Amino acid sequence: MEPSPILRPNRNEKKVTAYSNKGVRQFWLGMGFAGPAVVLLFVFLIMPALLALYYSFTNYYLLTPQLSEFVGFENYQRLAGDTLFLKSLKNTAIFTAIVVPLQTLTALALALLVNQKLKGIKFFRVAFFAPVVTSMVIVSILWTFIYNPDTGLANSILSIVGIGPYQYLMDKDQALYSIIFMSVWQGAGYQMMIFLAGLQDIPDHQYEAASIDGANSWQKLIHITIPGIRNILVFIALVTMIAATKLFIQPFVMTQGGPLDSTKTLVYMVYETGFKFRDVGYSSALAVLFFMIVLVISVVQRKWLRDTSQ
Amino acid sequence: MKKTVWKDVLLYMVLIILACLFLFPLVWMVISSFKTESRIFMDLTSFNAFLPTDFTFANYSAVFERIPFFRYIITSTLYVSVIVVLGLFVNSLAAYAFARMTFKGRDVLFAAVVALIIIPFESILLPLYLIVDELDWLNTYQALIVPFIANAFNIFMFRQFFLNLPKELEESARMDGASTLRIFFQIVIPLSKPVFITVALLTFITHWGDFMWPLIATTDESVRPLQVGMQFFFHQPPVKYGHIMAALTMGTIPLLLIFLFFQKYYVRGIASAGMKN
Repeated sequence: MEPSPILRPNRNEKKVTAYSNKGVRQFWLGMGFAGPAVVLLFVFLIMPALLALYYSFTNYYLLTPQLSEFVGFENYQRLAGDTLFLKSLKNTAIFTAIVVPLQTLTALALALLVNQKLKGIKFFRVAFFAPVVTSMVIVSILWTFIYNPDTGLANSILSIVGIGPYQYLMDKDQALYSIIFMSVWQGAGYQMMIFLAGLQDIPDHQYEAASIDGANSWQKLIHITIPGIRNILVFIALVTMIAATKLFIQPFVMTQGGPLDSTKTLVYMVYETGFKFRDVGYSSALAVLFFMIVLVISVVQRKWLRDTSQ
Repeated sequence: MKKTVWKDVLLYMVLIILACLFLFPLVWMVISSFKTESRIFMDLTSFNAFLPTDFTFANYSAVFERIPFFRYIITSTLYVSVIVVLGLFVNSLAAYAFARMTFKGRDVLFAAVVALIIIPFESILLPLYLIVDELDWLNTYQALIVPFIANAFNIFMFRQFFLNLPKELEESARMDGASTLRIFFQIVIPLSKPVFITVALLTFITHWGDFMWPLIATTDESVRPLQVGMQFFFHQPPVKYGHIMAALTMGTIPLLLIFLFFQKYYVRGIASAGMKN
């Protein structure tokens, strides 16, 4: 970045001593390298973040910015009494509370399975990983057809074993769980790969020693495998949890938040209040709250990780 | 001995059942894309749903008639590639400054950058939209690219890698009078190929899946990326199973190719993400 003309004389004055001259040169060299990234991060990340915080205290309406004024905590107070917000919060919480353990354990189980030394095991690794290769939009569209109550694959497969038919996305009590199932199906393979790398780092001699001591498979799992991948386990739980709180694409593509708002999520509401209802102030309050939730999750988990690893 | 054979049989059975569960939607998607509409419905209630009982390319040609599919692919490939290339430059340069150069305020600046990793994109969506609108960038490639070039996490990844490089080569080059920029390009980058490939790959995959931002920032078809294009197609009447399955199958190919070519780096990349803690 070119320094402004006002600053330039100062820079020349500093040239008097060799020491500060070098310091200034190093500073500008450093800024030359880091500058582009710093400027971009400032304009496209820090500034919008600060603006979100600022807007959350105003009644900024997208079409009439000139009428915007400071309203204090009004937007936040409005949140507390907004039943749609409470429902979105609840849906996001349910999704997260189920997906995190379900997906993490599924991934761990898959990793343990494909870590076996069997012929053709590579095929199964690829099979479990396959859904990851598609995008979330693609699988959401695909599963909307699979979940179709009348002409969907899910009901016709389940009817073979005499279960169903279900309404899936059409039923307010099933829609969120249908999305949960699909999300775990799509994402488990990714975490399986991370677990697999961790499992392969556990030295074989630990298992051999345990076998000599007469340990069975279950004991080996509890006393060698799980402690061996503990850090990865916590890391995956954290990443999955933060990703889960961001749930948006699946309900947007599959249900538009319905039926009866049963799949509305926090991020969905940020989007809807901002871009559909154009209520920038209220949407920003939601966005700030969402940021706080993500922040709390990471701080708590990081602290927990540090405490337990000592 | 007998016991282990039974154990293997049991393992294979579990593996096969799970593989069916993970693959059936994708197999159905691909197989159905080559069937006529009536055939898809006819086969739905039997195992034929997963077998090629019919063969037609009609669904594929219908997709190309109904939507500019190639243009979506080109738009996505183009904007994501530019993010990757510019991002590699900008983020690795910044990371090098944080890893190797000494200047006033460096550590504070780096700490600030790391702190940014925590900010979820979803919470800055609306103000970012307003900024991009202010710049008059809506419906342009700039809107899809520029906000995502600098990436705090990628800076962090690069810095970790640079810190572990042996300093001697850089120091001797400096003795020979090479400039910092030259050292970076001629010595550091060649030594850092693995991290460059990993970051490039992760960035590509992340932005290839972008949905929310392009949905908001582009309303015009000329800059509409693949993911948004497919969402529009999905809601565009008449809804034909065969057409949609053909579009989804084709939409899967680019990422599939990336995985096939860069498999090794990808696995190493996500593994290293796991090891970070």
